[in-house]
Amino acid sequence: MLTRQTFLAAAGLLVAAGLAAPASSQAPVRLGELNSYKNFPAFLEPYKKGWELAVEEVNARGGVLGRKLEIVSRDDGGNPGEAVRVAEELLSRENVAFLMGTFPSNVGLAVADFAKQRKTLFIAAEPLSDKIVWDQGNAYTFRLRASTYMQTTMLIPDAAKLQKKRWAIVYPNYEYGQSATAAFKKLLSARQPGVEFVAEQAAPLGRIDAGAVAQALADAKPDAIFSSLFGADLAKFVREGTQRGLFKGVEVFNLLAGEPEYLDPLKDEAPDGWYVTGYPWAEIKTPEHQKFLAAYQAKFKDYPRLGSVVGYATIQSAVAAIQRAGSLEQEKLVAAMKGLKHSTPFGDIEYRALDHQSTMGAYVGRIGVKDGKGYMKEWRFADGRDFLPPDDEVRKLRPAQ
Amino acid sequence: MSAVLEVEDLAKSFGGVRAVAGVSFAVAAGELLALIGPNGAGKSTCFNMLNGQLRPDTGRVRLAGRDIAGLPPRRVWRLGVGRTFQITATFASLTVRENVQMALYSHAGRLGSMLARFGGAFVAEADALLDQVGMRAQADRVCGVLAYGDLKRVELAIALANAPRLLLMDEPTAGMAPRERGALMGLAASLARARGIAVLFTEHDMDVVFGHANRVIVLDRGRLIAGGAPAEVRADAAVRAVYLGGSA
Amino acid sequence: MTWSSILIQLLNGLAGAASLFLVSAGLSLIFGVTRIVNFAHGSLYMLGLYGAYTLIETFGRTPLGFWSGVALAALLVGLAGALIEVAILRRIYRAPELFQLLATFAVVLVIKDIALFAWGPEDLVGPRAPGLRTPVEIFDKRIPLYDLVLIGIGPLVLGILWLLLTRTRWGTLVRAATQDREMVAALGVDQARLFTSVFFAGSVLAGLGGALQIPREPANLELDLSVIADAFVVTVVGGLGSIPGAFLAAIMIGVAKAFCIGIGTVQWFGVEIAFSKLTLVVEFLIMGLVLIIRPYGLLGRPPAQQRHSGEPAPPLVPPGWKVAAVWLVPLLLLPAAGDRYLVVLATDIACFALFAASLHLIMGPAGMVSFGHAAYFGIGAYAAGLLFKRAGLPMEAALALAPLAAGFAALIYGWFCVRLSGVYLAMLTLAFAQISWSIAFQWDSFTGGSNGIVGVWPAAWLASKTAYFYLALAVAAGGIALLWRVLFSPFGATLRAGRDSPLRLEAIGVELRRYQWAAFVLVGALAGAAGALFAFSKGSLSPSVISIALSTDALIMVLLGGVDTLTGPLAGAALFTWLRDEVARRTEFWRAVMGLVILAIVLIFPQGLVGGVKALVARWRRARA
Repeated sequence: MLTRQTFLAAAGLLVAAGLAAPASSQAPVRLGELNSYKNFPAFLEPYKKGWELAVEEVNARGGVLGRKLEIVSRDDGGNPGEAVRVAEELLSRENVAFLMGTFPSNVGLAVADFAKQRKTLFIAAEPLSDKIVWDQGNAYTFRLRASTYMQTTMLIPDAAKLQKKRWAIVYPNYEYGQSATAAFKKLLSARQPGVEFVAEQAAPLGRIDAGAVAQALADAKPDAIFSSLFGADLAKFVREGTQRGLFKGVEVFNLLAGEPEYLDPLKDEAPDGWYVTGYPWAEIKTPEHQKFLAAYQAKFKDYPRLGSVVGYATIQSAVAAIQRAGSLEQEKLVAAMKGLKHSTPFGDIEYRALDHQSTMGAYVGRIGVKDGKGYMKEWRFADGRDFLPPDDEVRKLRPAQ
Repeated sequence: MSAVLEVEDLAKSFGGVRAVAGVSFAVAAGELLALIGPNGAGKSTCFNMLNGQLRPDTGRVRLAGRDIAGLPPRRVWRLGVGRTFQITATFASLTVRENVQMALYSHAGRLGSMLARFGGAFVAEADALLDQVGMRAQADRVCGVLAYGDLKRVELAIALANAPRLLLMDEPTAGMAPRERGALMGLAASLARARGIAVLFTEHDMDVVFGHANRVIVLDRGRLIAGGAPAEVRADAAVRAVYLGGSA
Repeated sequence: MTWSSILIQLLNGLAGAASLFLVSAGLSLIFGVTRIVNFAHGSLYMLGLYGAYTLIETFGRTPLGFWSGVALAALLVGLAGALIEVAILRRIYRAPELFQLLATFAVVLVIKDIALFAWGPEDLVGPRAPGLRTPVEIFDKRIPLYDLVLIGIGPLVLGILWLLLTRTRWGTLVRAATQDREMVAALGVDQARLFTSVFFAGSVLAGLGGALQIPREPANLELDLSVIADAFVVTVVGGLGSIPGAFLAAIMIGVAKAFCIGIGTVQWFGVEIAFSKLTLVVEFLIMGLVLIIRPYGLLGRPPAQQRHSGEPAPPLVPPGWKVAAVWLVPLLLLPAAGDRYLVVLATDIACFALFAASLHLIMGPAGMVSFGHAAYFGIGAYAAGLLFKRAGLPMEAALALAPLAAGFAALIYGWFCVRLSGVYLAMLTLAFAQISWSIAFQWDSFTGGSNGIVGVWPAAWLASKTAYFYLALAVAAGGIALLWRVLFSPFGATLRAGRDSPLRLEAIGVELRRYQWAAFVLVGALAGAAGALFAFSKGSLSPSVISIALSTDALIMVLLGGVDTLTGPLAGAALFTWLRDEVARRTEFWRAVMGLVILAIVLIFPQGLVGGVKALVARWRRARA
C-alpha cells in the first residue's frame, strides 16, 4: 500500500507542477463502485456492462484529467451493514476517489449516510427512494435515476385523464412500493377529487401469492389498478390476473414494467395496453441513444436494458464531475456535481443544486405485443425536470443538511 | 423399625390398560426391599410414580409420613430420595468428581452462581463418596469414557450425595458382568445398612435379589401377588407359576 | 368477502399448499431418517423449476412435453440429491449434531451459482400447462384449471407416499428409522443405501414440487431460501417426520395466507388493519402458536428416547491466560499496521465473535440450538439506534442500555423456547426472530421500516476507526470472558449437565428450565451488545440485522470453528467474515467459492476448524511421545 500511496503522491506533484506525462504512464483515477450484483442480477448484470462500456470509451478518448479511468467494483451483498464495510474498504484500501452505485433503498441510504460521515462524494445510481435526496438528503450524495416520486408522477396525467373512479393498488411491501403507493394516492386525489381507493394489497417482495391477490383485487371491482410490482412478482401477477379475468375492462398502471429487464421475460403474455414507465430501446432515435446503442450492441452482441443505461450514465456523471472539478478533492467534486450538466443516452441531464437529484427522465407509454414479445407503444419521453415538486416544497422536504 | 416409605393403593392406567392396580407396601429404614416381576408387570411404572416422573391416578405415596404423590422428581429428591436409573444417567462431559459435586452443590442450593468457579467446593465430600463406591482413583476422568460398571458406581455416589432417607434403584445391575453385579449390590446394601437408608430396587437377576434383599415383593400384571422374606417368596407357588419355573 | 370469494380463496390456498406439501414431505422424510436439517432442500426445489423450464422448452409446449418435462426434472433433481448424499453427507454422519447443516448450507451457495451460471440472471417465465389453460368458472369467478389439478395432486402424492411407507419393506425401514435410527443400524440394515434412497426420494419430492410450479412461478435465483423457510415451517408445524402432518400444515398455512390476502384491509374500531401485510409473517405466527400449544407439532410424537446422534460432547477446557494473550496481543497491535480497512474488518469480526460466542453458549454447552439468534443481535441494534435517534440519548448510554432491551426480549421469547427441545426449540427461536423482523420491517413510523435507521454514529471520542475498534475489542473480549466465566461456574456446569442428561439433573433436584431460561437472557443480552456495537460501527441499521440470513451466519460461524471448543466460534467468526470479504472481492462467483471452501473444511475437519486443529496437535504430540 505504501508504495502505491507514495506513487500517487508523486504523481499528484507532477500534475501540480504542470509536467503531466501521457495518460498511460500515470496512476489511473480510481473510482469505487458497489452494488448488490448477486441479489438483483437481472438489473445489475446489464448495469455492469453499461459502465464497462462507458469506461472503455472514456479511456479510448484519453481518460480523465489525462489519466486512465479505473473502476474498482464490489458486491455489497444487498445488505447495508456489508455495504458500509465494502465502502470503507474501497476508500481506505483501494484509495478510490469517491463512491457510486447501490440498488436497494436501504443500502443506498446507508451508504449515503456513510458518505456524509466520511465527507466523500457518492453518486447513488439506482436506488429510487425519495429519502436519498429529500428527507435524508445530505451534502455529499447525488442521485442519478428518476426517483419513485418522479416516475409515479409521470403516470399521473394519463391516470387522471381516464377519470376512473375506483382504483385498486398492489405493491411490493417495502419502501419503494410503499412510497410509490403513497405518492400515487396523494397526487391522483389532488388531480381528481372524489377518486376512491377500493383495495390495497401489500405483497412480500419476490413472494407474491398472485392468485389470491388477483382474486382479492377483482372482488373489489375496480375500474383501474395501480401497481408497482416488478420482477418475478410482476410476471406472476400478470399471468394470474389474466387467467382470472382481473384485467378485463380495467386500466392498469404499472411502474417500471416497460423496462426490458421486467417486460421481456413475459414474452407473449406481456399485458397489452398497460400504462408503464420503461425503456423502448429499439425505437429511441436520438443521436445520443443511437450512438450508445450501436456501441453497446457491438461490444456485447446483446441489446441494452435500462440497467445498461444507468450504468453507462453513472460513469458519464462521474467523469463530467471530475472534469468540471479539475481535481479529485471532495469539496471541489461536490461543488462540481451541483448543477452539473452532461449528456446521456436519455439526453441532457442536470444534477439540481437544490436537492442533488438529476433530471434524468424516463419513457412513459403503453405495453403492446408483437411477434410474441412485449414492447412499448405510444411512448413519449418524460423529462425529469417536469416531474419534480416546486422548489419551495422541495426545500421543505429536504431539511437542513 | 418405622417405615420410611409407605405406598397405599397405588394405581395407574395408560389408555385403559391398568399398568399398576392397587399396590401397597412399605420400606423401613435400613431395609432392602426388592420389587420383582416379569417384563411388563408394571415395575417401572410403579417406580416412576414413586420418584415423581409419573403422577399416579389414585393412591398415596408417603415419605416419612408426608404425601409426595404427584410431586416432580426434583421436589421428591429434595425430600431425601436418591435415584439410580436402569440405563445410567450421568453427565458425560463432566469428570467423575464433578458429577458428584453437581449433586452436592444442588443439595446446598449453590448451582445458581454465575461467577464463582465450579468445582472448588465440596471436594472432600465428593471424594469421600467416591471412596465409598470405589471410584476415588478415577475421580478426574470424564464420565463419557468410563466403563459401564464404573458408571453405575458413579450413579450410586450421586444418589447418596444428598444423604437420602430412601434410595430407589431401577435395575441397578442391568448390563453388568455377573461378577460385578454381586459386588455393586453388596456395596449398596452395606452402605444402606450403615446409614440407615431404606432401599427399594427392581432387579432381573434373581441371584442378586435373593442374595441381598431383606424382603421381596412380586408384581404381576399390575398387582402384588406375593411378598415376604426371600425364602418364602422363593417357595411361593404363585410366584413360581408367574416365572414358569424360570430363573427363580 | 362474499361466499363465492371465500370459496375461491380457499381453492387458492389449497393450490398454493400443494407444492408446499411436496417440498415439506421430502424435507420431513429426510430429516426423519437421517436427522439432517437439509438447508439445500430449497435449492433442489429451485433446480426442479429450472430443470422443468429447460426440459419443457426442449420437448415442446405440448401436454406430453409438459408432463414428461415435469417428471424428468423431478427425477434428475432426485439424482442430484442422491449425489449430494453420497459425495458429501455420507462422510460426516458421525460428526457432532447439526454439523451436516453446515455442509448443506455450503451446497446452497454452490447450487445458486451453478444455476446463475447455467440459466443466467433473468427470471424465466415458464409455459402455462398445455391443455389446462382455460380457466374454470365457479359462480361468477374464474380460477385456472391447473390450480384445480394441483389441488388434486397433493392428496394423490400423500396417498402414494402412504402406500410406499406402509406397504413396502423400504417404507417399513424408513418408518423404523424415523422412530429410532440406532435400532435400524442394529438390525443389520445397510444404512448407507437406506440413507441414499431416502435422499433420492426426498429430493424427487422437492424437484416435483418445484417443477409443478413452473406455470405459476417464474424460475429465479431467490427461490431457494424463500422456499426452505416455508418448508421448515410446514415440516415443524406438521410434526417432524410426519407426512400427514406436513399435509395438514401445508393446507393450514396455504389457506391462512390466501385469507390474509382475501380479507385485505379492514377497519376495526377506527383502526385500519392491513391483513395482506401479514403474509410476511403469518406462517411464523402459526408455527409459534402451534409449538406453544403442541410442542411436537400437529401430528408429531415426542421422540422415543432423546439420544445424541454423534459421540457425547467432549469436556470443555477452561482457557488460560496464555490462550487469551495469544489472541489479544496481536489484536491490540493491529491498528499499528496502518491499514485502516483492516481495523474496520477487525471491528466487524469483534462484533461477530461476541455474537457467535453468545450463540455458542446456548447451542454448544447448553444444548439448545437457536435458528433465530439474530433476534437478539437485531433487537440490540434497534434499541441502540432508537434510543440514540428517537430518545436522543448519548451514544454511550444507548450502547449500554441496548443489551437490556435484547435481554428483555430473550426473557420473553426464552420463556416459551425452553419448554421445547431439539429442532422444535430451534424452530420456535426462528419464529420469534421472524416475528421480530417483521415488526421492524412493518412498523415504518417507529423503526423506519425496510430502510431502517441511518445516522447512528458513535460519539466524537470514538469517531476514529481505531478508537472504535478498541471499544469493540473491549466489549467483545469482556463479553466473551464473561461467557467463559459463566460456563465454568456452577450455573454453567448445570447447563452442560442438563445437555448431557436432563433426567439426571432433574433427579438431583434441579429445575433445568430455569437455568436454560436464565442462559437465554444472558446470551440474548450479550448478542444485543454485539448488535449495538455493530450498528454504531456502520452508522446505520436495517431489518437485515434481524434476518434469517444473519441467524444462519451465526450458526455457520459456530459450526465452522467447532461447537465443542471455546475458541472455535471466535475462529469461525473471524474466518467466515474474512473469507467472505476476501472471496467476494476476488471473484464474481464468490458464493460458489465460499461454498467449496466450507465444504473442504467440513470434509477435512468434521469437528470444525479449531476442533480439527486440536485433534491434529493431539495426534502429533502422541506420535512424538
